[in-house]
Amino acid sequence: MRIEGKGLIDRTRPVSFHFDGHSYKGFAGDTLASALLANGVRMVARSFKYHRPRGVMTAGSEEPNALVTVGRGAAQEPNLRATTVEMHEGLWAQSQNRWPTLGLDLLAVNDLAAPFLGAGFYYKTFMWPRAFWERVYEPLIRRAAGLGALSGEAAEDRYERAYAHCDVLVIGAGPAGLMAARAAAEAGADVILAEEDTRLGGRLLAESEEVDGLAGVDWVDEIAAELAAMPNVRIMTRMAVTGVYDGGTYGALERLAPGVAQRPHAPKGCFWRIVARRAVLAAGALERAIAFPNNDRPGVMMAGAVRAYANRWGVAPGQSTVVFGNNDSAHRTVADLQAAGVHVAALIDARPYARSDLDVPFYPGAQVCGTSGRRGLEAVTLATARGEDRIAADCLAISGGWNPTVHLACHMGARPTWDAARQAFLPPENAVPGMRVAGAAAGAFSTRACLESGLVAGAAVAVDLGFRAPDLAAPRGAEASYDIFPLWQVPGKGRAWLDFQNDVTVKDVVQAAAENFRSVEHMKRYTTQGMAPDQGKNSNVAALAVLADATGQGIAETGTTTFRPPYVPVPIAALGAGGKGKGFAPERRTTSHAESIARGAPMIEAGLWYRPSYFPQKGESHWRQSCDREVAMVRGSVGICDVSTLGKIDVQGPDAARFLDFVYTNMFSTLKVGRVRYGLMLREDGHVMDDGTCARMGETHFVMTTTTAAAGQVMRHLEFVSQVLRPEWDVRIVSVTEQWAQFAVAGPQARAVLNGMLEAPIDDAAFPYMACGEVRIGGVAARLFRISFSGEHAYEIAVPARYGAALFGALVKHAEEMGGGAYGLEALNVLRIEKGFITHAEIHGRVTAFDIGMQGMMSAKKDFIGKAAATRPGLMDPERERMVGLKPVGAVKELLAGAHIFDEHAEAVSDNDQGYVTSACFSPTLGHVTGIGFLRRGPERMGERVRVVDHLRKSETVCEVTPLVVFDPEGGRLRG
Amino acid sequence: MAEFKAQTPCAGLLPVTVGDLRLTEVVPGRMTSLAPYRGRVAALSEVMQAAHGVAWPEPGRITGQAAARALWFGREMALLIGPDSDESLAAHAALTDQTDAWAVVHLEGRQAAEVLARLCPLDLREAVFAPGHTARTDVAHMAGSVSRLGPQTWQIMVFRSMATTLVHEVEIAMARVAARQNSLM
Amino acid sequence: MRLGCPICGERDRREFYYQGAALARPEGEAWAPEWDDYIHNRDNPAGVTRDLWQHEQGCGSWLIVARNTVTHEVLGVALATEAGA
Repeated sequence: MRIEGKGLIDRTRPVSFHFDGHSYKGFAGDTLASALLANGVRMVARSFKYHRPRGVMTAGSEEPNALVTVGRGAAQEPNLRATTVEMHEGLWAQSQNRWPTLGLDLLAVNDLAAPFLGAGFYYKTFMWPRAFWERVYEPLIRRAAGLGALSGEAAEDRYERAYAHCDVLVIGAGPAGLMAARAAAEAGADVILAEEDTRLGGRLLAESEEVDGLAGVDWVDEIAAELAAMPNVRIMTRMAVTGVYDGGTYGALERLAPGVAQRPHAPKGCFWRIVARRAVLAAGALERAIAFPNNDRPGVMMAGAVRAYANRWGVAPGQSTVVFGNNDSAHRTVADLQAAGVHVAALIDARPYARSDLDVPFYPGAQVCGTSGRRGLEAVTLATARGEDRIAADCLAISGGWNPTVHLACHMGARPTWDAARQAFLPPENAVPGMRVAGAAAGAFSTRACLESGLVAGAAVAVDLGFRAPDLAAPRGAEASYDIFPLWQVPGKGRAWLDFQNDVTVKDVVQAAAENFRSVEHMKRYTTQGMAPDQGKNSNVAALAVLADATGQGIAETGTTTFRPPYVPVPIAALGAGGKGKGFAPERRTTSHAESIARGAPMIEAGLWYRPSYFPQKGESHWRQSCDREVAMVRGSVGICDVSTLGKIDVQGPDAARFLDFVYTNMFSTLKVGRVRYGLMLREDGHVMDDGTCARMGETHFVMTTTTAAAGQVMRHLEFVSQVLRPEWDVRIVSVTEQWAQFAVAGPQARAVLNGMLEAPIDDAAFPYMACGEVRIGGVAARLFRISFSGEHAYEIAVPARYGAALFGALVKHAEEMGGGAYGLEALNVLRIEKGFITHAEIHGRVTAFDIGMQGMMSAKKDFIGKAAATRPGLMDPERERMVGLKPVGAVKELLAGAHIFDEHAEAVSDNDQGYVTSACFSPTLGHVTGIGFLRRGPERMGERVRVVDHLRKSETVCEVTPLVVFDPEGGRLRG
Repeated sequence: MAEFKAQTPCAGLLPVTVGDLRLTEVVPGRMTSLAPYRGRVAALSEVMQAAHGVAWPEPGRITGQAAARALWFGREMALLIGPDSDESLAAHAALTDQTDAWAVVHLEGRQAAEVLARLCPLDLREAVFAPGHTARTDVAHMAGSVSRLGPQTWQIMVFRSMATTLVHEVEIAMARVAARQNSLM
Repeated sequence: MRLGCPICGERDRREFYYQGAALARPEGEAWAPEWDDYIHNRDNPAGVTRDLWQHEQGCGSWLIVARNTVTHEVLGVALATEAGA
């Protein structure tokens, strides 16, 4: 219920929201948790395994119980912590892990079966029969135990990613963080102040303390205004720093305010990558619970959270509260509640020596040993020296001490160190290069100490960076010594929870130790303690203390589990923001793209490129019809194909020729200007890297082409050779792939088409096969190459890309006038298979020049990359799988790339494998299916019949081994 | 036959305006990559000065003005933007016409750097990346060039074939940044 | 992770391509055991490595990067043209 006159909520802005179908009222400034508590909603969730009723326990992102699903449809987000869900008009939230409703959860029968469901239960029980695991047990368990569910609809792409850079990143804006930011900024550093909460202040928002004589909140407002006015400070609220990475890189998840996120085009959140030269971790500390029997009823909360609800949100979580602790946090809670007019039934302090001046029934040296109540807390049982006592209460505030939030200081592998005086793990020193830890995160547990350590840390990192020390003094804050009496568990009848999120009890941890899962990492995995959304933020230390007790080791020796990012859950949608649909990868479009689309060509992805598959004409309903026609068209008249996607690389300089001699297996220094040569490139290990043509445009100027697939790899390789292997050679390498739009003009009428367009016609004498040169076309200087990937008389003509669309249109128009036209990738593939020309289907990374019959291209007269390795006997072994042609000769005329080859009468098993098919097509020119494959001793087996089997696609055929080039083997057509 | 009509990389895609953010295509005359031969940088810079009035740019810097700029473009490479490169340069550097190889856009507006922060991992703070600075970097997974021409004016270049993707990505980032700023969007 | 490119300054690792160990290439056209070491045999040390990277999305330089595989510390970045492989 609300406490009149208290809190930082805006009572002038009431909002209505929905939880489990019921409508409630809250205020701007509320969280879902504070609003639910204000409305008296105590049970907000069912627990993970036992379906126990659970209520809000904390007031921050460490919340283990109050996980809810927010939103509907595609926008539905499960497992959000009600304690961090910002209240806004129309907020729609639902409880999770209950069926059919939160009040009547039939799966609560799990709780009755609890004696059987302890640690290791699944591992031991669902073993047999083995096949049942996937089909029966797992689905059952997943239904019964679990968290929220996704909507099943495609998520909206509402996240974004961004980078930020600064001198100093301050993580956390409590008293320490604010002072650190102020000091570093005053010194002149560029500061990013990242705060997970919706507003700055940290614990000062939750306490009733003064700083410099001002109410804590007013002091926060003052310093926040100062920081906001500094041009070198960037304040980022709603921003949880989630991970620390190498080189001063930090990951952070920003959730936008609901009012902003609802705007059209606005993101819902942003995943930031922040690069900071220095960082101050001022993440504060988290209060921990104490394990006693039935400590999980709705109404049992952390003492600091109860103060936060009273002071910040003006909410009393109960009408009558019992406070139990082993340190002064319990006393502060009593004082704050009483000041707010909330009844406190008892203060129970486990410290036998504790004193209190508060006007409250006080039980020093006592412990809470049990609770009762059906759907929420109704009474607390305490054990004193005199015996047990029962106190009626609907809220129990507990404090087992504070755990510094050391997570980010440990993300690079270091472990925190145990401090016996504070009964807490402290951050390791210098565990993250450039990071200092300040405030409660470093074990400074009073406001005064936080303010001072923040100032010192902020000034120190700034001075580290060369800024002058700021002239600042720490403001006066409340001084308090931290006195704690170790208390992790209270024995008694009934289950005592350690990890509320994963339903892990003291008994489970003890059992893990008994079954020899004594390492804290093993205990974690055996019991699931510390997993899931909260990652054990408020259970890890208590659980390992119980483990330490069970194993007889000390807490320091037991140690913690590894801290890993993310600190709070990060939606995959945020990490992958922008990566859906068109954002998945850049699209590369050729200059003929629009024209190809206009002609109805379906586009196919070739790497990042989009290329036309075929150009359907009226009456064609199947791609094969179009493809067959296009092949016949090229063989019969002329075809036009965009080949701009092939890599084009200018190689220039005095050493260009010897450079090419070194990267190609064959000789290029002997190539005459104005001529083109086919070249083969090996990797250093002697296998084929790529092939292509290379034209000599001038004495020291070559234009190399690569395959589309290997363009990037070859460019990188050439740079490698030039910079790493031959830095003394003067050669300059520039990609010109994008500068030139290049088109194949192929077929008997190719020259006729060109001569209808070129400003000066060409003939065979001036432009023989493998010639190149400059020409003019359409008023533009162009490059012409007489090369062929179809086996026809063919050219490739290149113009600056701005004219690509115009040239393609003109070429197709002229070709059509001669009975030709455009052809796509399917026809291009058939044309090259008919001629036995290779692509990366063949040179797939495991083949040698010998395998593809090109050993003759490995020059004996010079050194080249891969030469030494290529001469190894194993790479020239006749037994190797070598390239051949394949032709189905049995009843089945189907041939599939990827099928494997066996002796005709051998069983089709891997022991008998003789090779595989790399390319196959129906050849309209030959009138039958033809293919290319690799076959053991292939060239020696011409005419042999082999069995070709594709087990995956259930295809089998008998093929004859044929020569690679089945069409026009003499090559007369391309010279004609 | 008829003269070919030229088409710019972003034809039909730009300009785009979102709030005070504006994305426009720039067609900067000729672009020639200059890759100086061994030990010829100083000599090249001299002939560049004589012929075009711009010096060889240091890494990460731009020399010259709008009419003729030399943009540092990578290891031992600059891009001469504006004029046709003078023949005298060829003695000292490999010259390669790149006029048609790149899509060039300008992004302007108060929040332009915020838009870029969603596309590339560079440190764009003005003290680090001032007007006259340039970098080769990753722009939304594309190999790109980013230059600051003025306090709120940026030039972004990616391969011509990726113009559609560039415009798409920048537009989304513009919309997101603007939506955060202005509730009237 | 960030690497300090000698030409471009410190940059995000997304701009870099990783190749592998930086080793001196044997010369000669005949196969020899050194080639095996160059192509196949690697030490995989827990400690300092010397690797080849390319600032592919940046200036294009091939780099020799010395880093510690245990601490992730980057000990030095040099241009391959100057440092050799």
